[in-house]
Amino acid sequence: MSFELPKLGYAYTALEPLIDARTMEIHHTKHHGGYTANLNAALQGSGHEGKTIEEIMKIAGTLPAAVRNNGGGYYNHNLYWEILTPGGSKEPRGVLLDAIRESFGSLTALKDAFVKAAITRFGSGWAWLLLDNNKLVVSSTPNQDNPLMDVAEVKGRPVLGIDVWEHAYYLNYQNRRPDYVEAFWNLINWDEVTRRFKG
Amino acid sequence: MAFTLPELPYAMDALEPFISARTLEFHHGKHHQAYVNNVNNLIPGTPFEHATLEEIILKADGGIFNNGAQVFNHTFYFEQFSPFGCREPLGALKDALDRDFGSIAAFTDHFNKAAATLFGSGWAWLVVNIDGKLEIVQTSNAGCPLRDGKKPLLTCDVWEHAYYLDKQNLRPKYIEDFWKVLDWKVISLRFGA
Ligand SMILES: [Fe+2]
Ligand SMILES: [Fe+2]
Repeated sequence: MSFELPKLGYAYTALEPLIDARTMEIHHTKHHGGYTANLNAALQGSGHEGKTIEEIMKIAGTLPAAVRNNGGGYYNHNLYWEILTPGGSKEPRGVLLDAIRESFGSLTALKDAFVKAAITRFGSGWAWLLLDNNKLVVSSTPNQDNPLMDVAEVKGRPVLGIDVWEHAYYLNYQNRRPDYVEAFWNLINWDEVTRRFKG
Repeated sequence: MAFTLPELPYAMDALEPFISARTLEFHHGKHHQAYVNNVNNLIPGTPFEHATLEEIILKADGGIFNNGAQVFNHTFYFEQFSPFGCREPLGALKDALDRDFGSIAAFTDHFNKAAATLFGSGWAWLVVNIDGKLEIVQTSNAGCPLRDGKKPLLTCDVWEHAYYLDKQNLRPKYIEDFWKVLDWKVISLRFGA
């Protein structure tokens, strides 16, 4: 079984003007597509071909760098596109909002922590909101690592993630990563985050 | 002592079409400038307040290292280009490349591979190692070979900001064009021959 690049459930233009169609198309077809193809190539003959992507993430630290890097790239981008699905709730509600208040005090405090993690991740990487033993926490990871990985400093189940590789924003925002992070925050589909939160 | 952003030794459009003026404007005017500003803001009240960049690279960690090393790395990167430079290694440097890599073609292949495969943000370098031998190394993020006692001669910035406006995901195309603006005279001077 090999992994397939998922189709987006929306048009490349759907997130404009905050994320432009050209960025979306290159990001999806070239970057995500590249991780998918490279992951499949790296898995060939490795003995791990039948595993799910989540199973691979759990043992990523024991696998060749090509599997860790491309497997992470495959999983992380799958999540990223789904979080950004147009429509849906623009604010967290219900059980998710309760959990955010319990862990961070308020939605504003969560946003501050998440934005800070995204802005201060030096180099390429991701910032996350994740569930660690039923508690919501914010973290960041380098390159294509993620909280599912055995090598992650903060482990858990990701419910929200932002790509802060420069390729995610450079055509539209160049060096202004904080502007991209703010735009991303305004594009989050909180229904999808809630679905992931409930597991 | 506050660090300052060195001016580019050529016009913004001097490296076109290989590296665009727009890329240089951001890369030098925003990224390099930000590293300068950040390190200047971070060092007051620390043991590095009066340090040189080299001392910061050897001894600092965290934000002071990251920003200080990026100031050095970018100055080193921008200074090696010229619109009218020498496009091939000559003299003692050519001899040393032949000696340690077999041929200039083998060196170029090896360097291209190092630059293309560095995963994430970072740099590919040609260095002189502690034994006086030429070597190719990769560093992640702000990494700098001075930290490991190696003398850098040549570097390729493979952070996506170095090429994304011009080449998007096509890093190998950027590396191919990198050679077309490199001035080997600068590299020979660094080599000391
Ligand atoms: Fe990405
Ligand atoms: Fe750079």
